[in-house]
Amino acid sequence: MARDAGRGESHGRGAPGRPKKRSGVLGVALVRASAALAVAILVFIVGYIMLRGARLMTPRFLFGSPEKMGREGGIFPSIVGTVVLTLSSVAVAAPLGIGTAIFLTEYTREGLFSRIVRFGTESLAGIPSIIFGLFGFLFFVIRLGMGWSILSGSLTLAAMMLPTIVRTSEEALRSVPDIYKETAYALGASRWQTVTSVVLPAAMPGIITGVILAMGRAIGETAAVIFTAGSSLRLPKSIFDSVRTLPVHFYILAREGISFENAYGTAAVLITAVLLVNLAAYYVLYRVSKRRAGGI
Amino acid sequence: MKEAMEKPSSQVKAKVVARDFRLYYGDFMALKGLNAAFPDRSITAIIGPSGCGKSTFLRSINRMNDLIKGTRVEGEILYEGKNVYDPSVDLTWLRSRIGMVFQRPVAFPLSIYDNVACAPRVQGITKKSELDEIVEWSLRSVGLWDEVKDDLKKSALGLSLGNQQKLCIARAISTNPEVILLDEPASALDPIATLKLEDLMWTLREKYCLVIVTHNMQQAARASDYTVFMLGGEIVEVGPTRQVFTNPKDPRTERYITGKLG
Repeated sequence: MARDAGRGESHGRGAPGRPKKRSGVLGVALVRASAALAVAILVFIVGYIMLRGARLMTPRFLFGSPEKMGREGGIFPSIVGTVVLTLSSVAVAAPLGIGTAIFLTEYTREGLFSRIVRFGTESLAGIPSIIFGLFGFLFFVIRLGMGWSILSGSLTLAAMMLPTIVRTSEEALRSVPDIYKETAYALGASRWQTVTSVVLPAAMPGIITGVILAMGRAIGETAAVIFTAGSSLRLPKSIFDSVRTLPVHFYILAREGISFENAYGTAAVLITAVLLVNLAAYYVLYRVSKRRAGGI
Repeated sequence: MKEAMEKPSSQVKAKVVARDFRLYYGDFMALKGLNAAFPDRSITAIIGPSGCGKSTFLRSINRMNDLIKGTRVEGEILYEGKNVYDPSVDLTWLRSRIGMVFQRPVAFPLSIYDNVACAPRVQGITKKSELDEIVEWSLRSVGLWDEVKDDLKKSALGLSLGNQQKLCIARAISTNPEVILLDEPASALDPIATLKLEDLMWTLREKYCLVIVTHNMQQAARASDYTVFMLGGEIVEVGPTRQVFTNPKDPRTERYITGKLG
């Protein structure tokens, strides 16, 4: 008897809650299934492309020059183009985005101006990438006469990355405990010193993760790049040269039916690159959090 | 009562003196005309129930309340005879002379070395050899040097809470202050770490004027020379700790100390 009573109690507050419990089971099953499905989709896409493209990832393909419009040969210029374009867009977007985030979190109270800045960056995030491409084409390529080049492409990509970097940096900066700032002030630090010597270092892992994730998106960007960086198959010599990034190369190979085999090879390289970048982001976060948890 | 308040200052030189100090949050008067003197080379404990204004009073001394919008002060807090609220006072200077240690150990997510060195750096010291010297001296002063000297590059967050709080004290004294304000410094520590911290306070007492806010009555009784008892934004009683605890003049002090108030 006593045992029964105890068991009844342990089953929860809802004694007449049998149907409730069943709906809980159903709910858990549903969320489990969604999670499994999400993973399955990812595995399927990555697996399918890798299955068709991985065998092409030979040194000759990776480090060779394309021949016959990419029907034969390798993709080396596209790899170089993608790396250079991505890095230069980060070089533009990261300082700008982190600066904006510092301004929003540390140097302004919630007001009309900060709301305008935040609204602006968030609107930027909602604009389809092809619009960025069109804008970049009209403004950088034509109006400023930069032509199809790494410069035009990276400035356009930077504008696209900006919202992500601003938002993640802002979040990272806001999550720095107020007591850190207070302590810095108590040591006589000015606001600027507090930001640079305490707040920024404390927020760095979050900021770096945000930047790397934005980079991952930039690597795969196609529409904005094809309009602004062009599609030259030559190895770029300066930032004023046009490049054909991996996704653009893939798009052209597939769209124009040049070589589906090489298209899948390119896609495999691209996916590997994106996965590596994401892994790098998690590695940074893991290293830093481990060190912070006390690696003495 | 006025006599009692100024008694400490007549015995030892007072480092910090509050004169009819009032602090307002908007229209609300949080500190209602405080008079107290904090003598050099001794520990003064400020006690009182939650919300009595003891932390606010402590934070008024190095002007930390300036950070809160809508605060306004009247009266004076004198450090070295000068009103800290005088417009000519440089806050960086003031806070380098009056160090502060908070409730929870606030170790920055930086190395042990940088945690201490950031304070002199704020004061404009950048020379490596000079910083090295300050870091070593500060860590030695709190008895942490031997334990961490080989781990200076490691994260401070790996230290135990007790050692983190010592590190915070090392940082607070690295700018060579004369006054150290401690805002319930042991509230996050276990009893053993608390006793070690109190030992450290007794050592530091040789050189500094320490002011500690505590809600732990035993701690105040154990680890202070003078006691200030506050209630509702006012100072009720000031005196040598022994006297306040064994023979309080005000019945409210007695009731608080015996646990019948607050």
